[in-house]
Amino acid sequence: MSDAASFFTRHYGVTAADCERYLAAALGRGGEYADLYFEHEATSSLTLEEGMVKSAAQGISLGVGVRVLSGERTGYAYTDDLAPEKILRAAGVAAHIASGAARTRIAGLGETNPGRNLYGPGPAPTDADMLAKLALVRRAEQAARGYDSRILQVRVGYADELRQVWVVSSDGRSSSDAQPLARLSVFCLARENGITEKGHAGGGGRVPLEFFDLELTPESLGEQAAREAVQQLAARPCPAGEMEVVLGPGWPGILLHEAIGHGLEADFNRKKTSAFSGLIGRRVASDKCTVVDNGTLPSRRGSLNMDDEGQPTQCTTLIENGILKGYMQDHLSARLTGARGTGNGRRQSYAHMPMPRMTNTYMLAGHDDPEDIVRSVRRGLYAVNFGGGQVDITNGKFVFSASESYLIEDGRITAPVKGATLIGNGPDVLTRVSMVGHDLKLDQGIGSCGKDGQTVPVGVGIPTLKIDRLTVGGTHE
Amino acid sequence: MNDAELTELAARIVAEAGRRGATAAECVIRHGRELSVTVRLRETESIKQAEGKALGLRVFRGQQAGVTHSSDLAWPAVSTMLDAALTIAATASPDPAAGLPRAEELGQLAGDLDLYDPAAAAVTTEQALEWARRGEQAALATDSRLTNSDGGSCDAGESTKILVNSLGFQGCVRRSSCSLSVVPIASHEGAMQRDYWYSVARGPEGLESPEAIGRKAAQRTLRRLGARKVATQRVPVVFEPQAARSLLGHILEAVSGESVYREASFLAGKLGQEVAASGMTLVDDGTLRGRLGSSPFDGEGLPTRRTTVIAGGRLESYLLNCYSARKLSLASTGNASRGLAAAPGVGCHNFTLLPGAITPEDIIAGVPNGLYVTEFIGFGVNAVTGDYSRGATGLWIENGQLAYPVEEITVAGNLKDMLRQVTAIGNDLEIRGAVNAPTLLIEGLTIAGS
Repeated sequence: MSDAASFFTRHYGVTAADCERYLAAALGRGGEYADLYFEHEATSSLTLEEGMVKSAAQGISLGVGVRVLSGERTGYAYTDDLAPEKILRAAGVAAHIASGAARTRIAGLGETNPGRNLYGPGPAPTDADMLAKLALVRRAEQAARGYDSRILQVRVGYADELRQVWVVSSDGRSSSDAQPLARLSVFCLARENGITEKGHAGGGGRVPLEFFDLELTPESLGEQAAREAVQQLAARPCPAGEMEVVLGPGWPGILLHEAIGHGLEADFNRKKTSAFSGLIGRRVASDKCTVVDNGTLPSRRGSLNMDDEGQPTQCTTLIENGILKGYMQDHLSARLTGARGTGNGRRQSYAHMPMPRMTNTYMLAGHDDPEDIVRSVRRGLYAVNFGGGQVDITNGKFVFSASESYLIEDGRITAPVKGATLIGNGPDVLTRVSMVGHDLKLDQGIGSCGKDGQTVPVGVGIPTLKIDRLTVGGTHE
Repeated sequence: MNDAELTELAARIVAEAGRRGATAAECVIRHGRELSVTVRLRETESIKQAEGKALGLRVFRGQQAGVTHSSDLAWPAVSTMLDAALTIAATASPDPAAGLPRAEELGQLAGDLDLYDPAAAAVTTEQALEWARRGEQAALATDSRLTNSDGGSCDAGESTKILVNSLGFQGCVRRSSCSLSVVPIASHEGAMQRDYWYSVARGPEGLESPEAIGRKAAQRTLRRLGARKVATQRVPVVFEPQAARSLLGHILEAVSGESVYREASFLAGKLGQEVAASGMTLVDDGTLRGRLGSSPFDGEGLPTRRTTVIAGGRLESYLLNCYSARKLSLASTGNASRGLAAAPGVGCHNFTLLPGAITPEDIIAGVPNGLYVTEFIGFGVNAVTGDYSRGATGLWIENGQLAYPVEEITVAGNLKDMLRQVTAIGNDLEIRGAVNAPTLLIEGLTIAGS
């Protein structure tokens, strides 16, 4: 038995035989498929502000969710108590989605672990000493404070978690995973001549604590946040209207997440509620664009050995040379539409039903030189850092908000401008991508995605991109 | 365990924290149950039912604080949590502003604020499914262009919060809620639109009828069909109450003591100054009977109260918990919000922009050329600077009349100016949740479009 499965056996006495009994109860009224999702999550966090560790916190959450599928129907129940009678009761409640006599046999459980480790060697970040985490937080703070005398406030947050997950399903699969996640983030205020501006940077992934010594140092995060805040002090009002937009590499890939990613989640397409419904095989981007969702990148925030339905994650091509190729599937949508699973069934916790969700969504590198891309713009916007975004799946309209951007005038990057929201239409924005840089970069590991009230960690990435026309929501006409 | 036993458990944990070396401690226990159903295209889509409980602990060693939480309320787990909280408190820095409230600040409103309706807990799966189905059906029956649906949903549940601290405060509040929403989808000439309508109350009696919700959702969706982009221009913008509520959310962030003491608010340092148009009066009130934001005590055990935040355009008060109040040398306004996993933050209770005298129809009639916003998307609001830029959907106003739907545009300005440029406040205040506003007119905003 694998580590996470044995975790629940060792600590809570739950065995494979118990699970077969719970699944039988879940299918006791004629459901066609059932699964159990055991989850134990340990979290820790630190916040440093005004030079003080103002908050240190730890927590444990534990529970099991029972799901029963009957046609297009889902019954769901959960309990935070792993006593057999509680789980049986939850299974009985979830079973009620179907009405009839038990029909489905529970297949004997066989281990179906993906058999890979994307999270790297080394101890989980949650096992590291609080003082080591504190040292990281202090280093980030000092780097931000030391960056510039105009830095007024620095707040640094560190948070990590270790999720032990065990998924057991009525078709005989038993899969488990122990999923670490760590994030360090820095928030700065800079002030000059009565003007206050903010800057933010963060990063991490499914990594041990050493990651922050070796790959993404607290110093670099502190400086990034401070630089953005100081830079914004000189920002002019952002222009308003349609113009050429160049997106810098990395985190601006949030464009893909909002403009096309959500619209390609299989549930919306199965229900035909997405602006992308029925567009498979059709052109939705310029031929320079190939976009994938890849849950198998080592150590990335959006990566997983398996999804929250026990399926191995994979690299799914969404758009190939501009043509729409596929959707991101969970078990339910794949089953109902006869599609192959893609390992995108995810959930926030045991208290939530799984849905198709993104992992790491990015565009493959092109051939253009990023400097040539900027040089090709007469008057436009160069946006390098972003806050959040949102999309209306049904009409395809999406927004994402730049937190750091600059004017491009006659092929040169000139003045910084104030943050502004960019708005477009998902099914056609990528058709206006005329240049794609060779500098693909993924974000540093700060993204969280919300859907139907559930939040999951994700990654995004793009190379430098030129969009010939996009509406920029500034104040300056 | 019943609520009395859970309160006793919380008191025992607080006492044990003291025995193990805490100078002060606070324990919060929450438990509840939920029923949540969705119906889509007249068929049951999902039924979710659950019960849960969890415990949060905050301990102090002098002025060092540690916070832990767990869903395991058995004593061995609690004992481990206590030790963990005390250990991590040693990691925290001594913070002169940290600590429980002063004993004399503690208290709670007397009696039951009508926050619990037993009928909410008694809602059966069959009833919830029927209401969701009726709501969706009413929407789909409105017009043949309503061809699809994201469904009708009905939720009902109850939750109990117990708060005990080492200064002797003990509070227990039980609340219920019930909600119904419908999300129809309309299509016409190859383009789809969705919108929604909802109702939320302490119990099913307080909900609008499923048919009324469905019809309203249908009307809101249908009026979006055929939406187009407009040219970039500067115009007056009318905020429908739903959109005006989002503006109150931004004001809340700016008057939250946490943003203010961090100087991360464009309203920091503005107490006593004119910050908004003279017609603007904003009140937060946690004492209102039966309302969704009401509570007899806040997240730190202070009685809730009515706080006038902005009176006739003048900034009268921030919303404060004990920590932010100490940082600003002010007194808490009873606005501590307490999750399980973190130290208390700041939240509103029932936050309301008081209505004006003019009808929304007259507000629109007074706009020769402008935008009527029905929905915003995105997060383009900076509470530090007040910079505001959000994606918008709505209807274009021509010669005082709603003329045609618009989409794929942004509305931008700066909240500092926007609050002063409110030139009309509607008389159509409707209570639909904890944050409420009537129709608003704001002059001089930039629309970015084609």
